[in-house]
Amino acid sequence: MRLVIHALARRFAGRDGRPATTVLDGLELTTGDIAALVLVGPSGGGKSTLLRVLAGLDVPEAGSVAFDGATLPRDAAGLRAYRRTVGTVFQAFNLFPHLTALENLLLPLVHVHGLDRTAALERVRGPLDRFGLTAHAHKRPAELSGGQKQRIAILRALVVRPRRLFLDEPTSALDPEMTGEVLEMIAELRVAGTQFVLVTHEMAFARRVADEIAFVADGRILAHGATATFFDDQADPRVRRFLETSQHHA
Amino acid sequence: MARRYNPAMARWLAHLVVITLFVAGIAAACTRVHPDWNWSGIWDYRQKFVQGWVTTVGISLAALVFAMLVGLVVAVMLRSRMALVEAVGRVYVEAIRGTPLLVQLLIGFYVVASAVGLENRYVVGVLVLALFAGAYMAEIFRGGLDAIPAAQLDSARAIGLTPAQAFRLVVLPQAVRIVLPSIAGQLVSLIKDSSLLSVIAISEFTLAAQEVNAFTFSTLESYLPLAAGYLLLTLPLATLSRWLERRFRYEAA
Repeated sequence: MRLVIHALARRFAGRDGRPATTVLDGLELTTGDIAALVLVGPSGGGKSTLLRVLAGLDVPEAGSVAFDGATLPRDAAGLRAYRRTVGTVFQAFNLFPHLTALENLLLPLVHVHGLDRTAALERVRGPLDRFGLTAHAHKRPAELSGGQKQRIAILRALVVRPRRLFLDEPTSALDPEMTGEVLEMIAELRVAGTQFVLVTHEMAFARRVADEIAFVADGRILAHGATATFFDDQADPRVRRFLETSQHHA
Repeated sequence: MARRYNPAMARWLAHLVVITLFVAGIAAACTRVHPDWNWSGIWDYRQKFVQGWVTTVGISLAALVFAMLVGLVVAVMLRSRMALVEAVGRVYVEAIRGTPLLVQLLIGFYVVASAVGLENRYVVGVLVLALFAGAYMAEIFRGGLDAIPAAQLDSARAIGLTPAQAFRLVVLPQAVRIVLPSIAGQLVSLIKDSSLLSVIAISEFTLAAQEVNAFTFSTLESYLPLAAGYLLLTLPLATLSRWLERRFRYEAA
């Protein structure tokens, strides 16, 4: 994927006496033709909002986003059609709690992509097996561990065969052990050639999977580059400080 | 063998003791105000009781179905971002909840139904009862819909569902689980409230009892079977409501 973002602006109107906030402030980014882009940066810097715009869940006030030359639509129907071609995984609460893991996987296949139930079941069997989740297919989300829930959520995004995935801090709500199993799954997808944009605080993992990394802060891209250059030859002092602090905590 | 305290058994015993005392109290009151009971007169009219009871069940069920439809639609209206739609819902709910059912029945039957030429009193009774219960159901449904976290709607949008699909496949099934215990409880109220339909001469359970009293020149005999007949309906529902509540708690964990 080649991502080109130009003059992207997203503001949230003030509500209940709180002032309006500018979350994305004329953001610019042009990537090479890459498979994995990782967004890092301080909390509240705008990376999640940026990911929501990229995933077609949020409409910016100004600016443009284009993947491989195709500009993202702005109307509701166009955005819905776009969302059907990509997959998105949030930090938590992805799965529908009234459905089993399996029914969660089948729902978009049957109701959005028009497969009949038999074809949908056929479609999910292999992936469930491959990621060791077959034994958990008939459990409700409440019976699954946090890591299992996130892996099912990623699988649900995958089985519709999206062009790319958007992952918004998929491990931030998990303890270290479960973080490991989810990151391992993402790493496997990376090897298999799945394209994705990932927001994460896991610097070591970012280094492992990313082709390019962008540092988002104050609603702009403060630094951006190929992974090795970004980590080892970082010119921006603020980004360098952030990376050093993150490594101490890692 | 050591005797163990059995909490389930203790609860049954406690209930039994309380029920016995309660029944004994009622029986004492009965013999005091009315020493010579004439049960045989009542027994001759048992068919009338059964008919009234069946009518009450039928009216309650019909009203329940309408009330749930009304409640769901009004709940969506109460959550609408369109001021006019929200206002219609709000005015309806407050007008209904702020006036007695008896008044609504009298106005509904003698004023509204007469004005529009609706003559079937059973239809009018069911409609008024449904509109009455619907206002309470609307608030219950609204609470259930409000309880669905915004993250669920985000996930629904992310997988490409239309707003209508998101409501039908994601929001509604979860909201129904949340409101089911309260709805079962509301059904108990609805059954009891249906006794007021006797004022517009619908031959339901309460009117049947009043008529039997009149026919047999007895004064109080038919009120006891009346109470028992209502309990026969409401006690299982109350139990169902509590069971649903427990089950939902486990599921939501």
